[in-house]
Amino acid sequence: MRQFLAFVKKEFRHIFRDRRTLLILFGMPVAQVMIFGFALNNEVENAGVAIFDMSMDYESTLLINHIDVSSYFFVDRTCRNIECIEDAFRTNTARLGIVIPADFGSKLWRGENPAIKIIGDASDPNQAQVLTTYAKAIIQSHLAERASVTIELPILRSTSRMVFNPELKAVYMFVPGIMGFILLLVSAMMTSLTIAREKELGTMELLLVSPLRSAHIIFGKVAPYWLLSFVNAIIIVLLGIVVFDTPMNGSVVLLTMSCLLFSLTALALGIFISARSSSQMTAMLISMMGLLLPTILLSGFIFPIENMPVVLQVVSNVIPAKWFIILIKGLMIKGSGINMLWKPFAILLFITVLLSIAAIRNVKPRLES
Amino acid sequence: MRNIGKSYKEVIALNDISFDVADGELFGLIGPDGAGKTTLFRILCTLIVPDQGEARVRGLDVVEDFRSIRKSIGYMPGRFSLYQDLTVQENLEFFATIFGTTIEQNYHLVRDIYTQLEPFKQRLAGDLSGGMKQKLALCCALIHKPEVLFLDEPTTGVDAVSRKEFWQMLKRLKKDGLAILVSTPYMDEAALCDRIALMQNGRILDINTPQKISEEFVGVLYAVKSSRVYDLLIALRAHPLVLSCYAFGEYLHVTLAKSEDSKELESHLQNQGFSDLKIHLVTPGIENVFMQLLQQTDEK
Repeated sequence: MRQFLAFVKKEFRHIFRDRRTLLILFGMPVAQVMIFGFALNNEVENAGVAIFDMSMDYESTLLINHIDVSSYFFVDRTCRNIECIEDAFRTNTARLGIVIPADFGSKLWRGENPAIKIIGDASDPNQAQVLTTYAKAIIQSHLAERASVTIELPILRSTSRMVFNPELKAVYMFVPGIMGFILLLVSAMMTSLTIAREKELGTMELLLVSPLRSAHIIFGKVAPYWLLSFVNAIIIVLLGIVVFDTPMNGSVVLLTMSCLLFSLTALALGIFISARSSSQMTAMLISMMGLLLPTILLSGFIFPIENMPVVLQVVSNVIPAKWFIILIKGLMIKGSGINMLWKPFAILLFITVLLSIAAIRNVKPRLES
Repeated sequence: MRNIGKSYKEVIALNDISFDVADGELFGLIGPDGAGKTTLFRILCTLIVPDQGEARVRGLDVVEDFRSIRKSIGYMPGRFSLYQDLTVQENLEFFATIFGTTIEQNYHLVRDIYTQLEPFKQRLAGDLSGGMKQKLALCCALIHKPEVLFLDEPTTGVDAVSRKEFWQMLKRLKKDGLAILVSTPYMDEAALCDRIALMQNGRILDINTPQKISEEFVGVLYAVKSSRVYDLLIALRAHPLVLSCYAFGEYLHVTLAKSEDSKELESHLQNQGFSDLKIHLVTPGIENVFMQLLQQTDEK
């Protein structure tokens, strides 16, 4: 036990004396959360709209006001012809065009449905899609509101409500993703690097020649990083809650357990990698190519798994981060309990046990010759 | 009397090597880089498994009983292998602890060496000079009171003064009954060992005391010098009486079958126009024997 503690102490000294390690450990998570939270943002906020109002009546003015006061849009210009909207697109001052027909008010009063044309600037197709959807929603709710005032007819109304994330905030999606990503980075990459470094510097030889057992070496390496990655998880959750108002609806105990479990998965991966690589360079490349890329691409962090080809959907099942993200999303945003989340938890546990066995089997008490 | 016996074979890196080392003996493995010294050390330290043969350290098999062996040996790898980002004291403390002991308990073993390091004990190991690093590495290998010490090229890259000090320390340690195996590419250090094994290409060419090995030299050795070194070398190698000739410092070392031949050689060279010729007899050293052995194996 004393040997183990001495090993852990030594490991902490390595970490705290190397500025680079510290920066990756603590600078990275904060930077990642900030970058993903602020920059990768699909939300609509104050987009310019060019409006060509052909009717110029009381009703159309009301509609334009409604659009203008919403936090998503502001009226950039009112046009007299259709070319004016194109101009607004070219100068990038407006990102959406709306054409109100001449018979807008009269149709509305007659109880008919006036046709409104929404023009999107598809040079950025994703954004155009989002903007037109938002505009449609605003116009529809406005029309429904007006219709109930103008004619006393029972109107069949359909409304949709976005649950759990009513404002469609992208950051809710990113916080679990970044947590998975950072824990993997810290745990897997850093442990594989430290073990590879001992091999590279030749100190592994000395450790092997000592009475220390492989288990001592592995757990001595793992323990500090397990602790630090847990600290990291806490930092990320707090950042999400404080800076981005991410909800925390589920049980804190379950969240803690999920984070600890996933760090363990990542640590097992790290040991597995380091057992197979002899230099820090190789360890780094393997963790980058073999772990971080698949995690970003296939875990559902950025690209929805449902939209992937079937082959990739199947592959994504072996990515531990996928299950972790499902867990965290369920816990933080939906507030689900263990009765809903036992399945991803069990799968993650299974992967972890499998990886740990593989990792321990790959660490030999001798140098590989 | 506990005997440490090793004998084993390995195909390429090491070929059919056998020798024994006794307690209190300073045994040297002498050979150029790539002779297989490090491989040999790693096998004896239980780090790699030999393909053939068997090796025993303190009667324990290096394959079967590797855990027990690891408790009783001290190993100092060829490359400086301590934690550069830990201080001198932290390194020593760490190695003491993982062997289940403390610095205080075994301080007497390292006192002589550690007193020289003491002024720098708060310094990071990476910032030490080459000689200091080796002293620290030796301390770390000694702190758990090993019974056999394996030192793989401990003095490579260390200045002459530190090398001398280092060998004096080994002499003192030997007196405590430690069996010490040391490897070195420096022939002058070979003479400081009790017995040496000359190694080349994974084979042992010869094992004996340095004294005996020097005596094994066949023929008589002369040192020849002239300002036209290259011409002299060609002229000597062409002469039928010369058994071998190679550069050795500023002199050429020439082996002749008997001393009478030297007169004839000298006149021959003077006829060739080497006016500033200097010839004198030298006592063959280990290096000369080594070169001769190499030549013999090459001829075979």
